Amino acid sequence: MDQENQKPKLIIRSLYKIFGTRPATALSLLKKGKSKQEILEETGQTVGLQAIDLDVFDGEVFVVMGLSGSGKSTLLRCLNRLIPPTSGKILLDGIDIASLDEEELREVRRKKLGMVFQNFALLPHRSVIENVAFGLEIQEIPEHERLKKAKQTIEMVGLSGYEESMPDQLSGGMKQRVGLARALANDPDILLMDEAFSALDPIIRAEMQDELIDLQNALNKTIVFVTHDLDEALKIGNRIALMKDGRIIQVGTPEEILTAPADDYVARFVAGVDLTRVLTAEGVMKPPEPIIWLQSGPRVALKLMEEHGISSIFAVTRGKVLMGLIVAEDAVAAAKAKKSLEEILITDIPVTTLETPVHDLIGLVATSQYPVAVVDSCRRLRGVIVRGSLLGALAASDESNEKEGGA
Amino acid sequence: MNLPKIPLGAAVEVLVSWIEHTLGGFLNWISGGLGFMITGLRDALLILPPPVFVVLAAVAIWFVARRNTRLAVGSALGLLLVWDLQLWDLAMETLALVIASTFFALLIGIPAGILAARSETANRAIKPVLDFMQTMPAFVYLIPAVIFFGLGNVPGMIATIVFAMPPVIRLTALGILQVPGELIELAEAFGTTERQKLVKVQLPLAMPTIMAGVNQCIMMALSMVVIAAMIGARGLGYKVLEGIQRLDIGTGFEAGLAIVIIAIILDRVTQGFAVEQRERP
Repeated sequence: MDQENQKPKLIIRSLYKIFGTRPATALSLLKKGKSKQEILEETGQTVGLQAIDLDVFDGEVFVVMGLSGSGKSTLLRCLNRLIPPTSGKILLDGIDIASLDEEELREVRRKKLGMVFQNFALLPHRSVIENVAFGLEIQEIPEHERLKKAKQTIEMVGLSGYEESMPDQLSGGMKQRVGLARALANDPDILLMDEAFSALDPIIRAEMQDELIDLQNALNKTIVFVTHDLDEALKIGNRIALMKDGRIIQVGTPEEILTAPADDYVARFVAGVDLTRVLTAEGVMKPPEPIIWLQSGPRVALKLMEEHGISSIFAVTRGKVLMGLIVAEDAVAAAKAKKSLEEILITDIPVTTLETPVHDLIGLVATSQYPVAVVDSCRRLRGVIVRGSLLGALAASDESNEKEGGA
Repeated sequence: MNLPKIPLGAAVEVLVSWIEHTLGGFLNWISGGLGFMITGLRDALLILPPPVFVVLAAVAIWFVARRNTRLAVGSALGLLLVWDLQLWDLAMETLALVIASTFFALLIGIPAGILAARSETANRAIKPVLDFMQTMPAFVYLIPAVIFFGLGNVPGMIATIVFAMPPVIRLTALGILQVPGELIELAEAFGTTERQKLVKVQLPLAMPTIMAGVNQCIMMALSMVVIAAMIGARGLGYKVLEGIQRLDIGTGFEAGLAIVIIAIILDRVTQGFAVEQRERP
């Protein structure tokens, strides 16, 4: 995602939330630099959020991550004012949600903000389709129209045929699909998801994450997703904000968080991550050198291989488009028989894409007798993965894990 | 040594006579209205000949209680016994009193319960009143009822309404407060008005608990209607009282049995309704 060219959809500036009866006192102490703990002892007021500044871009999945009590759910609830912020601005398309009156707030909640809940929050006395149509019903959209829209949304989340089922007849994953459909039926600009998949078992959970990514690609909604699960954050987040004690510690892409943790806390947090699932082919590949033009001859190929001490070489055409692989023995034979490179080209070679996680490459590299070619979407050769480079990357990640884990 | 007695009784008498004096017209108007209502309801129940009533009631119970044949047949047999004991008219009068009292108890109690659930201030005002109402022995309600409305069905009904209302208020409030927080958040996050939140989320989810309150209300109304015979309310209670006063065990037992039959029928039917709400597929 190219964020530099994008206008932020949601801008949060110096957002504070104090829980208690005298927020002003706590707020002034906080601005004098007292800690959350000191303020709790002195005034009995609990600091929920402090000095939150964030930009969320249009069409991105923005994950807010932290342990319980870090303020992530409070932050999410401030966005639709289920929890009223103590001070600060929340600008959605330039409109400050924090200062809306009740009527305006209701409109924004109805039209612009959808919410998905941890425990699904389905109305047990309503069927699936009635649940999905709930938001539209609140907006007093005629029954025929809202049921039609609800039906479409149910289809979108893959629950066709369950329209008339009651919530207690559904499995957890299906219930959350209903929850998701209900939020999507309103066609909101921003989807607020509060630990939406945390109550699901791991397999269903992974499935839902994949589907959310697919839905996001299809609908291009802006999603603010709260989770305590780092793997989930890394998987679905375009960017991640890490929270602790009501503060944002670091904001960045998954790779930035992993490779350049802002402080010890983040470093410890990410220490347990299985890097093979985060590192991509692009991160561990070597530059594709040397390569050979398919139009040149076997002798050139042999010479290049000899110079670089390798036994095979990738053949490309104009624009570095990968055509196949030449191995040394074939080239020797071809040189004697005066064959062209095209005749000895091996096209059945392992190929992967830039975004493939290392985890998925291990098997490929282990079983293939040839190096693995890394290509982009136009099949241009971008890099090469050989066993050595993959093992090197894994060893390095293990080492850093141990170091950080012990810190 | 005796302490000088504080003339509390005298003071109450003064207060009551003042109320009677100033509000007399208003009280008479209420009394007339309620009296008319009870008589009308009783007469309506008596329009049908008992056998027809029994059959219709059995069919209605069968439907309301989700095709529970045993309950329908049992109810029919019970009602036939009441008819056979020649207590039919009195039973219908008792039923009319119960229906009218329950109606008013719900009319006041459900909104009061909603109010108590939604406002902490209202809850704080209502709770001690409920505690007071529920700890007071039932007989004590009869005294002001007699003072304001004299003797007869109307004071009996007023005492019954007061007696039967607390569980409705409490269970309505409880039902609403028990709605899971996430569902309240759901309603608010989707932009409901307060009214939409109440009608579309809180009340439907509180319905089983509210129905338990309705059941309680009916049962308490029935028990109070019997006691209210002491201040001249008619119906089966009067017959029981007569039996006790004359030491006529037979009469007392027959009337008592008729009350038990009506109680069981009302209880089973309304309980079935509460369960049905909870188990809607």
